Parts: sequence; structure tokens; C-alpha cells
Amino acid sequence: MISPKLVEVGRHLNIEILTNSELLSLDGEPGRFTAQVHQDPRFVDLAKCTSCGECAKVCPIALPNEYDEGLSERKAIYKQYAQAIPGAFGISKRGTAPCKATCPAHVSIQGYIALIDEGKYAEALQLFKESHPFPGICGRVCHHPCEQICTRNDVDQPLAIRELHRYLADWEQTQESPYVPEVKEKRDEKVAVIGSGPAGLTAAYYLALAGYQVTIFEKLPKAGGMMRYGIPEYRLPRSILDTEIGVIEQMGVTIKTGVAFGQDFTLDSLKKDGFASVFVGIGLHGGRKLGVENEDAEGVLQGVDFLRDMALGKEVEIGEDVLVVGGGNVAIDVALTAKRKGAKNVTLICLEKREEMPAWEHEIEEALESEINIVNSFGPKNFFIDKSSKVSGIEFKTCTAVFDENGRFSPSYDEDACQPFFGDTVIVSIGQSTVLDGIREQGIETTPPGGIKADPVTLQTSVEWVFAGGDAFYGPKSVVDAVSCGKEAAESIHRYLNGLDLAEGREKQWEFEKPDTSMEAHKPRTPVRCLDPEARECNFLEVSFGFNEEEAKKEADRCLRCGICSECYQCVKACLAEAIDHTQQPEDKEITVGSVILSAGTEIYDPGELSQFYHYGKNPNVMTSLEFERILSASGPTMGHLVRPSDEKEPKKIAWLQCVGSRDTNRCGNGYCSSVCCMYAIKDAMIAKEHSKEELDAAIFYMDIRTFGKDYEKYYDRARNKEGVRFVKARVHSIYDDPKTRDLTLRFADESGNMVDEPFDMVVLSVGLQAGEGTKALAERLGIEMNHYNFLKTGPFAPVATSRPGVYTCGILQGPKDIPASVTEAGAAAPAAGADVAEARGKDAKTIEFPEEIDVAGIEPRIGVFVCNCGINIGGVVNVPEVQEYAGTLPGVVFTDSNLFTCSQDTQDKIKEKIQEENLNRVVVASCSPKTHAPMFMETLEACGLNKYLFEMANIRNQDSWVHANNPDLATKKAKELVRMAVARSATLHPLHERVIPVNKRALVLGGGIAGMNAALDLSKQGFESVLIEKEDKLGGMARRLHHTIEGADVQGYLEKLVGQVEKDDKIEVLSGAQVAGFEGFQGNFLTEVKIDGQQEPRSIDHGVILVATGGAEYRPKEFLYGEDDRVMTQVELSDRLEKSGADGLDTVVMIQCVGSRNEENPNCSRICCQAAVKNALAIKKQNPASQIFVLYRDMRTYGLLEDYYTDARKQGVIFVRFDKEHPPQVAADGDGLKVTVKDHVLQQDIEIGTDLLALSAGVTATDTKAVSDIMKLNRNPEGFFIEAHVKLRPVDMPGEGMFLCGMAHGPKLISETIAQSQAAASRAVTFLSKDTIQLSAITAKVDVDHCVKCLTCVRSCPFGVPKFNVEKGEIEIDDALCHGCGVCTAVCPRQAIQLSFYEDDQITCKIDALLAGGI
Amino acid sequence: MTAPEKSGSVMVVGGGIAGMQSALDLAESGYYVYLVEKSAAIGGIMSQLDKTFPTNDCAM
Repeated sequence: MISPKLVEVGRHLNIEILTNSELLSLDGEPGRFTAQVHQDPRFVDLAKCTSCGECAKVCPIALPNEYDEGLSERKAIYKQYAQAIPGAFGISKRGTAPCKATCPAHVSIQGYIALIDEGKYAEALQLFKESHPFPGICGRVCHHPCEQICTRNDVDQPLAIRELHRYLADWEQTQESPYVPEVKEKRDEKVAVIGSGPAGLTAAYYLALAGYQVTIFEKLPKAGGMMRYGIPEYRLPRSILDTEIGVIEQMGVTIKTGVAFGQDFTLDSLKKDGFASVFVGIGLHGGRKLGVENEDAEGVLQGVDFLRDMALGKEVEIGEDVLVVGGGNVAIDVALTAKRKGAKNVTLICLEKREEMPAWEHEIEEALESEINIVNSFGPKNFFIDKSSKVSGIEFKTCTAVFDENGRFSPSYDEDACQPFFGDTVIVSIGQSTVLDGIREQGIETTPPGGIKADPVTLQTSVEWVFAGGDAFYGPKSVVDAVSCGKEAAESIHRYLNGLDLAEGREKQWEFEKPDTSMEAHKPRTPVRCLDPEARECNFLEVSFGFNEEEAKKEADRCLRCGICSECYQCVKACLAEAIDHTQQPEDKEITVGSVILSAGTEIYDPGELSQFYHYGKNPNVMTSLEFERILSASGPTMGHLVRPSDEKEPKKIAWLQCVGSRDTNRCGNGYCSSVCCMYAIKDAMIAKEHSKEELDAAIFYMDIRTFGKDYEKYYDRARNKEGVRFVKARVHSIYDDPKTRDLTLRFADESGNMVDEPFDMVVLSVGLQAGEGTKALAERLGIEMNHYNFLKTGPFAPVATSRPGVYTCGILQGPKDIPASVTEAGAAAPAAGADVAEARGKDAKTIEFPEEIDVAGIEPRIGVFVCNCGINIGGVVNVPEVQEYAGTLPGVVFTDSNLFTCSQDTQDKIKEKIQEENLNRVVVASCSPKTHAPMFMETLEACGLNKYLFEMANIRNQDSWVHANNPDLATKKAKELVRMAVARSATLHPLHERVIPVNKRALVLGGGIAGMNAALDLSKQGFESVLIEKEDKLGGMARRLHHTIEGADVQGYLEKLVGQVEKDDKIEVLSGAQVAGFEGFQGNFLTEVKIDGQQEPRSIDHGVILVATGGAEYRPKEFLYGEDDRVMTQVELSDRLEKSGADGLDTVVMIQCVGSRNEENPNCSRICCQAAVKNALAIKKQNPASQIFVLYRDMRTYGLLEDYYTDARKQGVIFVRFDKEHPPQVAADGDGLKVTVKDHVLQQDIEIGTDLLALSAGVTATDTKAVSDIMKLNRNPEGFFIEAHVKLRPVDMPGEGMFLCGMAHGPKLISETIAQSQAAASRAVTFLSKDTIQLSAITAKVDVDHCVKCLTCVRSCPFGVPKFNVEKGEIEIDDALCHGCGVCTAVCPRQAIQLSFYEDDQITCKIDALLAGGI
Repeated sequence: MTAPEKSGSVMVVGGGIAGMQSALDLAESGYYVYLVEKSAAIGGIMSQLDKTFPTNDCAM
């Protein structure tokens, strides 16, 4: 039902949909506001996405599907629902995941983890290598800042992120060959990289990837820098290093080793050799000295030299007792290497306290495991030497503080507290320095501490074509920092070589947001298996074993998916339309508008806060009504199969609990009635019974059943009497959950007060509607007043106007209501908003101009066939090239083509081009459903002057590739047949033209009550004239008898003002004492004859639209002594009495509800009587607080915010006594007073009430409109109310085009509702009147009068009564202005004398012939 | 002081059934409409419903 409307909105030229958007502020005044709108990115280009869904298939992130209320899962890239508009997919993101944001190389960590979780190791590895060339190296040595920030750390322990990418590298080792990234396009420019450490290698990797010719120059014998010469082998096996460097060589990078910069080559020589740019990443290969006495003694070594010599395999002499000075990672590596080399005792002494040590904690732990003795808080004073000047130990002084008060490194000592340490070897490892040999000489500037000077963002040095990075630039850091720097250097060099700005857009902010983890279950980190400490001695075997596959998947499963989308970019690869753009940014837009309508809707009440009582969230068999709605839906999580979640068994007993989150001031604060829950519960109960294979017991537990809408009471009667839905009037006292069966037992008091326990399989909570936090914030931002429930405040006489001029509201944002009421209000808000900008109507509206139509008469068909691949939707199953080739062989086909996506904008341009180039005069598209796509292709035809009816579609997707996905050969055969049929039909098509008729811009309004007058005034505000016909001699209708609304608003004052406005308005002509006498015509061109009292001749009025507002009246009771005893009166009469003589003498008043409603004669509820009774009761109580008032009712129906008045009345002491229809109250005149007898349900006995006055809540009857309905052929229901075109979505349209309906003529309603409806009717009328012409459908039925035998079958069969027998001509006539093109007459005509254009007999039979021609 | 020139556009905030109807009525009456929707698609709660009362028609 909503689907066509979605399409209409989506395709409307003058509606721009801004999704993922919020209105932030509104400045200016009505007529010209400036709106600030914030739009979050969709990450999918709306213009390119064809909604094929391939992206979602490869997305590894599943999350609860909001559309199914969390009962199913969707992917991070998703379409909200199948029919969603816009149809494009979108991606859910929560910023960037903390791990990715924190990783210096910004690896999509969550992405590769998600892919590992799915077993997609190759994809995971490729993803890693997009932003980091060393998964294996960093998988072993990274200091993993990502793990510190990991959100899992807030729950239990961080994810083993490093181990997981090490797993990928280990997995790669088991493959035939490593993954080598593809170099897309080779370039000629040569780049030199000096130094083959991680920074240089990374720069080379990314430059090679971009196609540059890269040569790395390395001083040492092998490439790898500190990764080879600083990190010991037990931590990083050389085979891993070799593999990952090997990949870079396979990408085309040349590595020259054993060449020293400044000696073997210089910048000049590089330039001469054709290098266009240079990257210098020479690292920190020098040590730092302590600067104390005897430091140069034999046996004193530098840490970096020691490690390098070990790595080079040089002979290094160390003793048995080794002292290591320093507390960093290098010192630890030195100590562990010394130990492995055979030292018996290794003591590491450092300045810092244990917790201040710069070495990473896990490295310190490892040292302790290997029995390294760590001594903290000592600084070296001097070396001891023996007689042979060989070192024998060091004297240390106590370090009292390492840092000064500013946190700067500035150690202070207690020189008196000294301690000697003895050993035969001392290895100093207190820092590193750059060996700047050759740098300065080349003119590259350096910094005072001894590093290379470069721009911190662009890395450009003092020599324009030379860039620098890595440790030599920023000091000692980790491998991953060097990787990050190398990447930036590659970017800079690329920009430099292409003459681009080096700095622009480089400083990206990496922001992240962590998800709420309060409900997260603990999952301990998967431990990594390691070599036993004993087994590590005297060898350099790798200590860590890493994860196996099982461990990796188990660990990957711990990821909390902080970013939602993992940025694994699988969707980018899957999207053939290239629609996905992960770089999209939020946008803030400034939009000028004249007025605003707020229709931001509702939030569904969350019963989670009452889970103790309802067990919602604890027992899966307790669900909200919206969740249940999804269970019933064929597109829902169970495909419409009714099963309960706990065991997927079909329930046999379901209970609905009404008023959850409504009419409840105690627990949730929502004192109002949500207006819709009774109806939807009845609906769900009926549908559930339909869905059940076995008999379902559906019981609705309620306080009052509120079926107050038009024909709703009949629905309730049907559910109760015909469908067997059980209605239990009881408020449930408690619910018991059986933990074994998950059944639920309801304890409640029945009507006679007995406690009953009844078990159910499921419980559905009929949750209410409420104003959400978001809408509250919106109202606050815009400065719009809310009521005490945070719905927007409006007045009874201006139901859609907010407190801010120029801003209107409709739907549930204004208060709880059902769909027809929302649609009606929407219609009311539209003209209100339109009136503010009426003078600028059409100014911003877009129109399309089509070229003159090409005449194809007499020209042989020249058919073009366009076959669509629909990405792989069709092309993955059907052999599209074969179908295309086949199409070329069909008669009349002069051109064929196939497209990736025929619906894309560039294909439309291509089709236009081909139509013109090839002089095509028929177009066939073989793709998807004409329902969704035909209008677009037809527009393409029109845009190049071809009549749009020369178009035909073959649905080779929905009807072929989707249903025969497992049988490609047959699917291809079927596609050919479908194309053959479509081509055959296309040849028979001829141009059709929509008849254009002028629109008479005047309206006729029938009825001069509040509805009619408001409608006429609204039309006038938008610039349209109307004639208002009132049968009485005065305007005002039913409202003339009313005084105040329940809110206290003055009806007579309002009416007087309204009549004054109408009478003064020069666009409104009022004809009072007037009645319709004759009528003819059709939409846009009606002619009505009006008979006016006192005038002989009827007046003829020509008009384009009709608004019916003939009103209603109060029922005149025949029961309860009405008319016999003057103490018995209706509520309208009572309020009249109260107005005139107050409540004096009214000590006791009894009111009886549902008089003339909800009975056999009038089965409907009259909607307004409950509030009328409450209104009068409150008025009496106000004037005479001591009075006793009894309201005898069946169900109190104070819906929506009216509930507040009902609550107030009870507080004021008004007594409400329920009776049932079978036992109505008895009324007798009793001397001085009246005696009313009613059976009390609680006491189970009759009670007698003596009363001064009896007020009857008489229902609403329709005005007698038989005459007008007969003349104008307007349909009424059995109760005499006019029928709308569609109860839900066209509540103010009448079935006949150009006719609208409002006020009590439609059904009983309040003044505020009447006003809204009349404005809505005016709005619908304006959609007609604002057009100069109306285009009638070209698809209409035509009678061949020569063959017609006037059997009248068509006259009898047409559902719209269009075919007429013209007695004068003796012919059947079908007015094409009235014909709906349904084709019924065509089908039933026994002589086949009626043809429906576009679906003529031969246009259909030729398809059958074409199909059969192929043989079956 | 002259009043600022009037805009020929209207903004509708919320793309449920009410907002859609307002947008359509306005667009059909000659105004340009910006339909601002918080989520990724219009349709609102009605699009989640299975059937609608009192006709039991399919909501979609």
C-alpha cells in the first residue's frame, strides 16, 4: 500500500530526499527561512548504486536488523528494506574503529579480523598489505598501540591484534607463493631510496605500487636495516624478513647492498643516473656513550654494535658475567642475546624505576623469564678496570629521579649512595644516534641533536628533491612508525613528481568512538603458545609459535566491531557500478525554504525498563507488537511463519497485553492513550489466527477497547464474533516465566474479582507511541513549544500550526494517532505551509521540456534491443552476449547492445545516442521489472522525441535469472524467449497520446459548516476561488449548537470569526439556502446546477473540483425517556444548559454512553461522545464540586491526549460504572427525580441511582444527503457517511477523481479533526487546481461501434460505471476522461468490440505466437 | 523595510507516511520540497507493518 507512494515520492521531480540528515537550525521568518541541515555520509553514490546487492553478500559484518526490530541480521552495507526509497545501499559506520585510528599505519584492523572470522585469509592479507607491507614482521615486533586502545580491553583483555596479522603472514608461508600486490601502470620516473630499513622499504613499496622505478641503496650487506641488524633472530626469524622484502623486489624494486651514501654514490651521481627524487631513511645505527671514566676500556661494548655484529655473524667475545646498562627495548634485546650467546649471569641496570622503564612490558616479562637480573634506579659513575685495563665492573650511584618537574629527562642522583657491580663484559645500551657520514656533505641540513631536518608533514628536506624519514628523522621509534612515515614519503614524492601541492589535505584527524560495552559478555584472550624458557637457552629459535587457524578464528570472534563497518573494502571490489566511496564526509548544508513541516514521527515505547514485570528482554517469547508485526510479515525474519522464538514452535495460545507504555502515569509517565494499540492488537490477533495451522487461542487483555475510528467498531465485532478473538477485561497482576518451557503464566483478576492463572505460549506487549528524545531535541533547537508529553503543542482551531509561525506539524509528532489521521494532518499541513509561500508558487519547481515528437507513422519498425547484465544479477546466470546476439537475429531488430547496468544514467545517455544514430523507432529493454523501471526508460524515449509507448520490457531478472539461478542454460533459453516475445510486441506498438484537458480553477464546496468554511478559506489563501453552498440560511452548521471544546476553547467566538472571514473573502461566493439540483462532467470540468431558495431558475456553476462537507448531526434518542421527560437530555443540550444556567440544582447527574451508537441500528462508535461526557462532567464539577456524577459506560474512549481529562474526571470524583451491551441501564421517572438502575460488575448486583438529570451521550448521525448523493453519484456507507477513496492513504479523496471529502460528512469527529481534514481536502484540491491542464491516461478502452451489439455487458461489468449507452446515438460510449484503463470491459466483451490501448488484442496475442513459434 | 523575497520551497522533516504525504501534496501544488529524513530511507514505521486495520490490506 505504501510502496506506490514511496515510488511516487522517490521519482518526483520536485521532491529532493535528503537521507541521513537532520535539521539543525532555522533562522529567518515565514516566507524565507534559512535551514541548516547536517547530512551524514551514505558512503554509496545514490546516482551510481543500482541496488543489485552484491556488496551485502561479501560484507563480513552482520548486525541486528532494525527493520526487523533486531529479530534478524543485516550487513553493515545494507538496504533498509526491499522496497526502500532511495533504493541505494548505504553503510553503517561509527567513525573509524579505535584500532585503525590508533595504528600509525592505519591498517583496517577490524576489517582483516572480520575477514579472518569468515575464513577469508587471502582477502584479509591483501587488505593488510594495502596499508602495511610487513604483516609478518610487525606481527612479531610491533608495539601494538592498537591493543592498548582496543575496546575489548574495557571488558576483559584486548584482542591479540598483532598475533592475528602474524597469523596471516604465517598462513601465507603455507601457500605456494606469497601475495604480490599488482602494480597497475608502470611509469618512467626513477626514485632512489637510501637505506633499506622499514621506512625505506615502505616508501619503495608504495612508490613501486604507483608504478615508479625504484632503487634502494643499502650500506650493509643485506636489506632490512634495524629489522635485520637490530632485532634478534629469536624475535624475528630471518626467513620472514626475507619473504616480505622479497615481495618488494618482486614488485620491481631493485636493491643494491654494500653501497655507502657519500662514498659510493652522491646526490649528484643519482641525478646523473636519472633519479628524479630521493628518499633518505638511514636509521640510527650509532650508539650513545655514557661519558664516564674508563668507558673505552676493553670489554665495554655498544649495544647496537653488539646486536649488529651478532646479526652479521661476526665473532663477538663476551664473558660469563655481563652487565647491560640501559632500560629500553634495545637493552633487553642485548641482555637476552648475551644470555643466548652463553653468558651465565646477565644483569641489566637502568636509571628508571621498574614502572618507568622505557622497554615494553612484555619484553621485560620475557627478560625476567630468561633469568635476566634487572636492577632499577642506578646511574653509572665510573668503570672499574683490572690490571690489564680490561673492564671488571661499574660503580653505580643511586638515581633519585629520572625526570624533572616538567617531565623532561634530567636525572638527579644521590652521590653518597653508591653500589658496585662486577662483571667481565659491559654493554652500554642507553640510546642510538644517526651516522651522518655523507649527509651534511651533500648539503642536506641536519638538526642540533643530530638528525636529518625535514618538514614534519611533507618530509621534504632542505634539498627540494630529497625527502627524509624514519628514525634518522624523528629519533628511535617502532617499525610501524617507520611504515607510516615511509607511506607519507611515497605520497610526497608522488606529489612532487606530478607537480602537486605537497601539503594539501595531509593532516587527517583520526577520530573514533567506542561502543557501549556494558552488556558485553566476557571472552578471555586466546593465549599464544611459546617456547619454554629453558628451551630458549643458547639458541636463537623463535620464541612465539603464533596462532593456528582455530585459535585465530576464536580470537577474531572476540572483536567488538567498534566501527560497525570494518572498512575491509570487500564491497568496493564487489561493486561493479563503482558506487562505493568510503571517503565520503559529513556535509552541512544551508537551504532556503519558505516554511517547514515537522513530521518526525514517533518512537515506540521500549518495555525494557519494565522487564521485571513483563519479562521482556528476558524471555524471548515476550515481544513487542512491532516485533510481532515483523514475525507476521512475509518479508520478516520467519518469512511470515508464526513461530515463537524460544523453540521455533507454533504457539497455541497468545496473550496481548494492552496499554503497555500508555495510560500509565505511574510506571512510564505516559498518561495518554496511544490511540492505535487496540486496533492493531485486534488486527494482529486476527492475522495470527489466519497464520496458524492449528486453532490459535488469541486473548486480548484490556482496560477499554478503543475502536473509535470510522468502521473500526465493525472490525472489533468481527474479531470477537466471527474470528473468535477472546477479549478479557482485566489488568494483568503478574507474569510468571517457566525457565524450562519458556511458557508464561498470567495472573489476573477476572471481572467478578476472582484471581485466575492462565498459561500462554507467547505474550505480545501492545506498546504505545511516544515522543522520542530526538524529536524533543529538534523542537528545542527550533524553539517550538511542546506539551507535557513532549508532543508538539497545537490548538484546537489550528491543529497543524506550531508555536512558531511558518512551522507546521503533522502525524504522531503532534500526538498519537493512526495512519488515516496522520495522512489527513499531512494534507492539512501542506496547504498551511503552502500558504506562507503561495506567491512564490512554481518559482523553484522544476519542469522537463521534451523535444517535438518524431513521426513514426508508416515507417517500418526499427527495433533496438538493450540487454542488461544487472551487474552479475543477470549476467552471472544468463549468457548475456548470447541473448544479445540472438536478439540481433529477430525480425525488425536493427541494433543490439548489452550493458552492465541498463538503468544507470550513463546508459540512458547511451540509449538516447543510439536511438538517434540508428533511427530506432521501437525500444526493447531486457532487464528487470517494468513496475520499477519502465517509467524511467519511457522518459528516456520521450527525451529524444520518441513516443514513450513505443517501448517494451522483458523481465529477464525477476522472472528468469533469479528463479533459475541453478540452471544457466535453461535461463539463457528463457531469456531469449522473453526477448523474442518482447520484440514481437514492440513491433505492434503505435504512438499513444495522453489527452490533455484544461482545468477549471474554481472549486465547489458543499456545506457551510466548520469543514466547508475552512476548506474554502484554505483554497482562497492559495489563490483559488470557490462557491460555498449551504442549505440553511446561515453558515455554521452543527457548530452553531456548541459552546466550548474540552480544552476550553470558545467555539462560538471561533465560528463568528470564521463566518466573518468567509463572508469578507472575495474569492469565496456563499450561496445559502441552496441545494444541488443537477450535475455533470468530469475531473477539472464539472457543471453543477444549484437551486437557491427564492430563486426560480437554478444557477449553473462550472468548477474543477468538488469538496463535500455536508456535516453530521447529533442522534435524536428514542430511548431512556428522551422526549418524554424534560430532565432527560443529550450532551449537547446539557452543555447548552450549563452555558445558560450553570450547574445549579444539579446535585446528582447520571450520564449514559453509547446512546444510538454501537448497536444494531448504528454499529459504529460515534467517537466524540466519551469526551463530551467527560467535558460536561468536569464543567459540572467545576461549578458544583459537591455534585455526584455517574458516567455509565461500555468502554471509555478518551483516545490520545483526551485521556488526561478522563484521568482528571476520576480525580475529581466522577464515578464511572461499566455496563455491557446486553444489560443496559434502566431509567424510570420517579416523582421528584429520575431513577437509573445499572448492574455493577464488581459488586455483581444492581445499583440504583436517583438523579436530578440524565444526560444521554447521543451519537453522531450523518446529515441526510440522499438527494445530493444520487445526483452526484457519490457513494455512502450504510450509515449515510460518504466513502473515501482509500481508508488509509486517501482519506480525503473520494473515489471519483477531482472529488474530496471532509468533516462529519466522512464520519464523526472533533472540531480540531474536522479542521485538519478540511485543510487536507483543500490541499488535495489544490494539487488539481494548481495545474493548468490535466493529462489523462492514454491507456483507455475504446469501443468499435461498428461491431458493438449493445449487449450492455460492459455497462454492467465496469467497476467505475464508465461505459454508457447513448440513447440518442444508439451507441455505447466510454468517456476516456473517466476510464481507469482496468481492462475489465475489454475482457468481458463477447464481440471483442472493445480494445484497451497499449494492450490491444494483437499486442498480447503476438507475444503468445512468438513464444509458440520457438516450439515448446 | 521591504519583506525579503519569498522562497518557493518548503522543507518537510521526517519521511514517514505523514511527511511523504505532505511532500507529495506540496510538490504537486507547485512547490519544491526538501524531504529531510534521519535514516537511510523514507517510509517510517508504516513500512515495517505487515497489514493495516481495518481492511487487513498489506501495509507495503
